[in-house]
Amino acid sequence: MLRDMQPLAVLGDFREYHINLYGFGPRKVLVTDEEVAYPDGKLIVSRTDTRGIITHCNQSFVDMSGYQRESLIGTEHSILRHPDMPSAAFKSLWDDVEAGKIWHGYVKNLRRDGKFYWVYATVIPNVRNGRVEGYTSVRRKPSRTKIRESIALYKQLKAQEGSSWDGPED
Amino acid sequence: METTFQLTVSPDFTPERISGWYIYNTWLQRNLGLHFHLEMYDSFDAQRTAICQDEVDLIYANPFDASMLVREKGFRAVAYPVGVTDECVVVVPAGSSVQKIEDVQPNARVASTDDPDIQLVGMIMLEPADLSTSNVQSIVVDGYVLVAKALLKGEADVGFFLKDAWDGLSNPVRKQLRPLVTSQISDIHHVLLVGPRLMESAEDIQSLMLRMPEIEKGQGVLESLGFEGWAEVDQEDTEFMIDLMDTLKAR
Ligand SMILES: Cc1cc2nc3c(=O)[nH]c(=O)nc-3n(C[C@H](O)[C@H](O)[C@H](O)COP(=O)(O)O)c2cc1C
Repeated sequence: MLRDMQPLAVLGDFREYHINLYGFGPRKVLVTDEEVAYPDGKLIVSRTDTRGIITHCNQSFVDMSGYQRESLIGTEHSILRHPDMPSAAFKSLWDDVEAGKIWHGYVKNLRRDGKFYWVYATVIPNVRNGRVEGYTSVRRKPSRTKIRESIALYKQLKAQEGSSWDGPED
Repeated sequence: METTFQLTVSPDFTPERISGWYIYNTWLQRNLGLHFHLEMYDSFDAQRTAICQDEVDLIYANPFDASMLVREKGFRAVAYPVGVTDECVVVVPAGSSVQKIEDVQPNARVASTDDPDIQLVGMIMLEPADLSTSNVQSIVVDGYVLVAKALLKGEADVGFFLKDAWDGLSNPVRKQLRPLVTSQISDIHHVLLVGPRLMESAEDIQSLMLRMPEIEKGQGVLESLGFEGWAEVDQEDTEFMIDLMDTLKAR
């Protein structure tokens, strides 16, 4: 079960947001400006059921998220949702995979300690005996150029979306 | 007349393992009571052609080809080898000004063998430098010693090695080279797959592989292949690896 983020787990100054998660409801998230570098040579892998509940993840996923494996399995994948990400990105993710297509994108993820990390993610439907049983996401290290482009694009998208969230304005 | 099945091996085998696969074939036939012909293709293309023409019955396959074998050709994975990995090392000449992946420049000359999984993972490790197959010069050579040679002779700026092959280079050669990154993926490995004509024996083959160290001469055969043993894979493990490979292959 997804819980609010805990101030005790976050080092230094943070901003507090109350975000709304699809199919779950409100969550308090705590955000700092500190980035954690993507680990070289690794893939960060997770799988979900068809509703986006985490069913498997590899050790790199656990390490980068900052959570214990036990609190990740069975929890909404939006546990990593960063308030700087525009909703449009995740809408296109879900539209694509539910249509049976592969989705690629750059994602800024939120850690348990309020820090963030950027990934290049590929999500595909897991087809078993002709039925979609879940989704797999494999992330790899993005280039700084792509991260810069994504920051600009997401800022623009967020401005267009307008935020109904309760949190500091940029 | 008794049926002869075809056994084949991912063409990334090193020369010193060829005899090991012949010994494995003999051992397999004796313990399974079936006839196999071992075909060692010298390129992935030649092997894929044979697979497409339904000539292959048992294959020790590169993870890159597992998707096609399982999803298009109806193969089933029964075991994967323990003690060998499919990790990739990205290497530069020791004196190169490149200190980290991000320093590698567009149009870099990249040496590799035709091992598809190593090429794929190697290119993924170059992505943080904004590089892809469209903006590097690929040099494909016939073995990892030649990848090293291309780097030493200044004909390549970057080389991709199978980790085991990198570890197996002589010290004097390795001293003149410098690894930048080693992949740590672990979910991707070669697999032994059974084809449709041989499916009736899939369980027998699986159990034989798992018991191999305890069966007469089995340990010696494993040693000649460079494996510690075989581990079981079920259908879902295989499907998962294929999904993972598919995300990596997708552009
Ligand atoms: C396989 C898979 C992996 C996902 N990975 C992430 C992720 O790493 N970070 C993230 O914020 N959302 C990820 N999502 C999307 C979330 O399910 C969710 O849509 C998103 O966090 C936004 O939350 P919301 O849909 O509740 O608004 C993933 C979804 C799937 C199916």
